[in-house]
Amino acid sequence: MAAAPESAGTGKSGGFLHWIDQRFPLTSLWNEHLAKYYAPKNFNFWYYFGSLALLVLVNQLVTGIFLTMNYKPSSAEAFASIEYIMRDVDWGWLIRYMHSTGASAFFIVVYLHMFRALLYGSHRKPRELIWIFGCLIFLLLMAEAFMGYVLPWGNMSYWGAQVIVSLFGSLPVIGGGLVEWIRGDYYIADATLNRFFALHVAALPLALVFLVLAHIMALHEVGSNNPDGIEIKKHKDAEGIPLDGIPFHPYYTVKDTVGVAGFLLLFCGVIFFAPSFFGVFLEEPNFEPANPLQTPPHIAPVWYFTPFYAMLRAVPSAFGTQIWGVLVMGAAIVVLFFVPWLDRSPVRSIRYKGPLTKIALAIFVVSFVTLGVCGLKPPSGIYPLLAKICTALYFAFFLLMPWYSKIDSVKPVPERVTDHA
Amino acid sequence: MLKAWLFIAAIVLPAGAALAQEGGAIPLLSAGTDINNVASLQRGARDFMNYCSGCHSLRYLRYNRLAADLKIPETEMPANLMFTSDKVFDPIISAMPADSESWFGKRPPDLTLTARSKGVDYIYSYLHGFYVDPTRLWGVNNLYLPGTAMPDVVAGRQGLQKPVFKSESGDHGAATMIITGVESMTPGALKPEEYDQFVRDIANFLDYAAEPVKAKRQSMGIFVTLFLLVFFAFALLLKKEYWKDVH
Repeated sequence: MAAAPESAGTGKSGGFLHWIDQRFPLTSLWNEHLAKYYAPKNFNFWYYFGSLALLVLVNQLVTGIFLTMNYKPSSAEAFASIEYIMRDVDWGWLIRYMHSTGASAFFIVVYLHMFRALLYGSHRKPRELIWIFGCLIFLLLMAEAFMGYVLPWGNMSYWGAQVIVSLFGSLPVIGGGLVEWIRGDYYIADATLNRFFALHVAALPLALVFLVLAHIMALHEVGSNNPDGIEIKKHKDAEGIPLDGIPFHPYYTVKDTVGVAGFLLLFCGVIFFAPSFFGVFLEEPNFEPANPLQTPPHIAPVWYFTPFYAMLRAVPSAFGTQIWGVLVMGAAIVVLFFVPWLDRSPVRSIRYKGPLTKIALAIFVVSFVTLGVCGLKPPSGIYPLLAKICTALYFAFFLLMPWYSKIDSVKPVPERVTDHA
Repeated sequence: MLKAWLFIAAIVLPAGAALAQEGGAIPLLSAGTDINNVASLQRGARDFMNYCSGCHSLRYLRYNRLAADLKIPETEMPANLMFTSDKVFDPIISAMPADSESWFGKRPPDLTLTARSKGVDYIYSYLHGFYVDPTRLWGVNNLYLPGTAMPDVVAGRQGLQKPVFKSESGDHGAATMIITGVESMTPGALKPEEYDQFVRDIANFLDYAAEPVKAKRQSMGIFVTLFLLVFFAFALLLKKEYWKDVH
């Protein structure tokens, strides 16, 4: 496929590709998004995670299809059907571990991908919509992961669903009815499992794929940012090709292949040597079937939700309602959407920003990871206090951004990109 | 690139260290099992069938899967390891009737996944933790599962144990007896080292039962890793070749 469209790019050679191109824009799509999509030549390590997120998405879709062939979405059979996949289905264990490890890998690469955007200002004008589509993808991914986590119908699935769905009950007036509507029953039950299955395998993946397409189309419309945070389109050659741009294919397809190989080494390392990842990717209580009469000793969501879960717990109830924690948790996601307008710095990239921004970003990363640890731990000892401090720091990073990004010193920005790797 | 890795390490390592330090009441013993030791797994299967399977099922494990993985000829299975079924493709279901709850106060749990939900160290510790406690229904309690409903079926092998207490002042100044461990009271049929091995074999077998593919998965993983290393090297060379003309 790599060579064919180029040789027939003019359509003069006739043949099958010409026949296709007369009826479907295959060659022009290929050129627009790969062979003649000019990306800055100075992408660094942080730029691997976009293509890796796409790889993990495909992994989840394909393994998910095969899991669906053997999984039974019923409260009576779900748990046993997972063990059936693990034991009796040929290579079922591998497919299941690829899917369960893929869920965690998805969040790892997406968090690093989002961090890259904060690092180099990839959300700044004119890329606000790319960022917003990305935030929507993140939001949908959380819903997708949550519902997928319920499907094995282990005891942590059950109680995790119980805790998360109950959050909606804290909404005034409509809360009780809303929770009942989500569950489809008076408690987390067969009806809940069935509808979560429908959403997990059909509705949400469909929406995710569309959003990912929109994300990439918006990116290819405006062109990629880069570690220097400058527009490569400002300097073009006689043919209108950016001087600092190189065709995505083959340069970045071969480079991303290196990234894929590195990623697969880690990914397969987990799958083959530590698929439950010490109880973090697959939690111990989830190897016991759902038991509505017995809670696990300590209920915690999977690691990728714990920063937000820690915020939920950090906020005390007041005025006889616990809604404040839920609102704070929701605000922690909502605030992400506004980042392109919160950042008032005259430069995009951290490379040319001053110490205030660097310190703020460092504090933000440390607080986010600390919140993740707090959310995994029982709320005792030092953790509740840590969670409160880090929740405050998390919001301070965003809400004070208009101020510190404006007054911070900046270094002169180069006209052309400074390096390439 | 190196900076990025250092950055990730600086973030992840303290978090991992924080997660590693978990404190329990009485620390578990270390089982020291080896999933690749087929002889140990075979002994564990034999001992499980003789001492445990009367009450505990392994409902997700079939006899013929066990036979294949543990290199036991299927023809040997009915006479030696199958006590509740004569069909080698059946799962391992105990002889417990449905009303066994009235015997013990709790149905003996299925043990297929216990090594994954509680860990092999827990199984190994639990079978070392029985001690005489006349207040209990079966006259025994367990150090690692206080209030256990299970009778001490390994007493004949291990012998009886008694608890070791220490005195601690409670909330209101009154002395409270805290159980800190167990010690041997009467010897059993096995010497302590023999009993350790007996329990280690059962724990090892239950580790196998919890994930029959575990040993195969790990050995496959080595080849997958080697392949990916080669793939990584070639991908890197290809990238360098293509990028020669980027200045």
